[in-house]
Amino acid sequence: MSQGALQKAHEDVHKTQPWNNPDAVPFIRFENVTKKFGDFYAVDDVSLDIYRHELFALLGGSGCGKTTLLRMLAGFEEPTAGKIFIDGVDMAGVPAYERPTNMMFQSYALFPHMTVEQNVAFGLHQDGLPKSEIRTLVSDMLALVQMTKFAKRKPHQLSGGQRQRVALARSLVKKPKVLLLDEPLGALDKKLREQTQFELVNIQEKVGTTFVMVTHDQEEAMTMASRIAVMNEGVIRQLGTPFELYEYPNSRFTANFLGQVNLIEGTLVDDDEKYAVIQSDDAGGEIYIDHAVQGHEGATLWIALRPERLRLLTEQPTDTKYNCLSGKVEEIGYLGGLSTYHVRLDSGFRIKVTEPNSSRHVEPRYTWEDRVWVTWEAGAASVLNQ
Amino acid sequence: MSSDKPTLKQRYDRLMLKHGRVIVIGLPYLWLMLFFLIPFLIVLKISFATAEYAQPPYSALFTWIDEGVNITINFGNYLFLLSDSLYISAYLNSIRIAAISTVITLLIGYPMAYGIARAQGSLRSVLLMMVILPFWTSFLIRVYAWIGILDREGLINALLLNLGIISEPLIMRQTEFAVYIGIVYTYLPFMILPLYSTLEKMDVSLIEAALDLGCKPWQAFMKVTLPLSMPGILAGSLLVFIPSVGEFVIPELLGGPNTLMIGRTLWNEFFANRDWPIASSVAIAMLLFLVVPIMWFQHIQTKQEENGQ
Repeated sequence: MSQGALQKAHEDVHKTQPWNNPDAVPFIRFENVTKKFGDFYAVDDVSLDIYRHELFALLGGSGCGKTTLLRMLAGFEEPTAGKIFIDGVDMAGVPAYERPTNMMFQSYALFPHMTVEQNVAFGLHQDGLPKSEIRTLVSDMLALVQMTKFAKRKPHQLSGGQRQRVALARSLVKKPKVLLLDEPLGALDKKLREQTQFELVNIQEKVGTTFVMVTHDQEEAMTMASRIAVMNEGVIRQLGTPFELYEYPNSRFTANFLGQVNLIEGTLVDDDEKYAVIQSDDAGGEIYIDHAVQGHEGATLWIALRPERLRLLTEQPTDTKYNCLSGKVEEIGYLGGLSTYHVRLDSGFRIKVTEPNSSRHVEPRYTWEDRVWVTWEAGAASVLNQ
Repeated sequence: MSSDKPTLKQRYDRLMLKHGRVIVIGLPYLWLMLFFLIPFLIVLKISFATAEYAQPPYSALFTWIDEGVNITINFGNYLFLLSDSLYISAYLNSIRIAAISTVITLLIGYPMAYGIARAQGSLRSVLLMMVILPFWTSFLIRVYAWIGILDREGLINALLLNLGIISEPLIMRQTEFAVYIGIVYTYLPFMILPLYSTLEKMDVSLIEAALDLGCKPWQAFMKVTLPLSMPGILAGSLLVFIPSVGEFVIPELLGGPNTLMIGRTLWNEFFANRDWPIASSVAIAMLLFLVVPIMWFQHIQTKQEENGQ
């Protein structure tokens, strides 16, 4: 396949969405995989399909099982129960050195006694490729990650960002079917991390390899991944594209984990096919939802409201009695591009609102202790029942 | 600034601030000067004298003649060392025995150090403790214990004879074999500890990276673990090799009359032949044998530190 074709194939992942196609064949398959360390379930009965050319992210806090899942894919851990397939082949009993995977380690794990060049060539030598071919492959790869200048340096003579590139080159040069990345940008500072995120995505598009990435950084996962699995306590809490996860969280956990959210508890009082009304003591009023919700009347539900979907008004709107909560500005965070406001509602509940500073004002629009009304469109809220 | 006279405490603090480093480093060096360098120079002096039936039993290096100093330097002792094959073979034999012992110690010590470095936290400290434990017993007692084990009427022979595995006692003591056992047993901790400290520092993910890039476990060991533990191997080997060359007690107690080592030769020259100048030149020559590898080792170490490894 030519490079162009590969690139096309990758772009198609976002368009074709093989995960929505029941006939698509998964490239990596976890089948009821469990991993126990003593009595502790690091991974608890996880089933997961990953498709070719995806940049898949396993997202979660520390100890959620994401790294164990990755290490089982690499062959450093064997599942206690369940099966793992890569490209249709059962990986049970296949040692790490025979798997079609390569890993980029969190610590980069560059060999300190070898130069950059020798590090990148290590895996190729292991495969017994002819010297001339190794030389070409290594120099191509170093050019791809823009490290040609540093070929003769030892790892300790490189900066963090440079080491990260060498680690990437070393794991990519063997053209693995799957590239595993363990917190690939974790050791970089914020500016460099943002820049590298896009570079990594570009490189993935160029080489067309399937990437599986572990991260605890939701922003990183959102920016880079085709799909994300949000993990907690050894299970996948939600699986979907960044858009799906952010807009349609299935639980308070994922709503909280991805981005910021106001979670308001309430009771379903009016349940219709087209709308729902939720009475909330937290909010101190009734909340109108423009779509049907799951649950019977009287059920406890949570309304998830993203801060940027809320608006602040200085006067009480007269056209509606719903979705309009009054309170006082308690804290202001001015971030330049946008401002965040913490509003203490009359009910005592504190709600967070973000507003873009899209035009220049002579003075701040709201100040402390201002009386404001928080309002939102009926479609802005998502309703969670767990 | 206050015009008060500084108190004793303040004067002490000032002194320590200014000269603390000199004092801390200087004191041990003064100690070494007094008890190593000066005796060494005395021995060096004696090595250039000739033996005499006198008190002390060697000729004076400096004599006063007609208000002038007459210096008599005799290189004959060193020439004698070269001409008499006894000394050369004693040196070579010592080096051979020390080298073989070092290799055996390395072969036993490396897996042990590796195992300890990879053990769980609490088990690891127990294992380390067990390596160091023999130091709490006197070295001499431990060597005597080996006599009891290896002797003609010793533990091993008694056991094997009773079990009927052998009919004649094995001759183990007073052989070179016993010397190897003694040296390896005594110096094993000196090999294990530096090896352990390098292996323990090594990042396990380096080995995983090697496996991931297609190495079988033994290849990962050869290409990653072994080269990275070189400083430990070198340090341990020198710590075993250098004292083994000059070892006296072990060959004396466990070795046979044919186990020729330089430490015993030295002893004989001093106490049997009472030839102090020859004995001194043997000692000086041995020191040179040992100082050269130490300096080489330190040179390598500083070079590696400069490389930041």
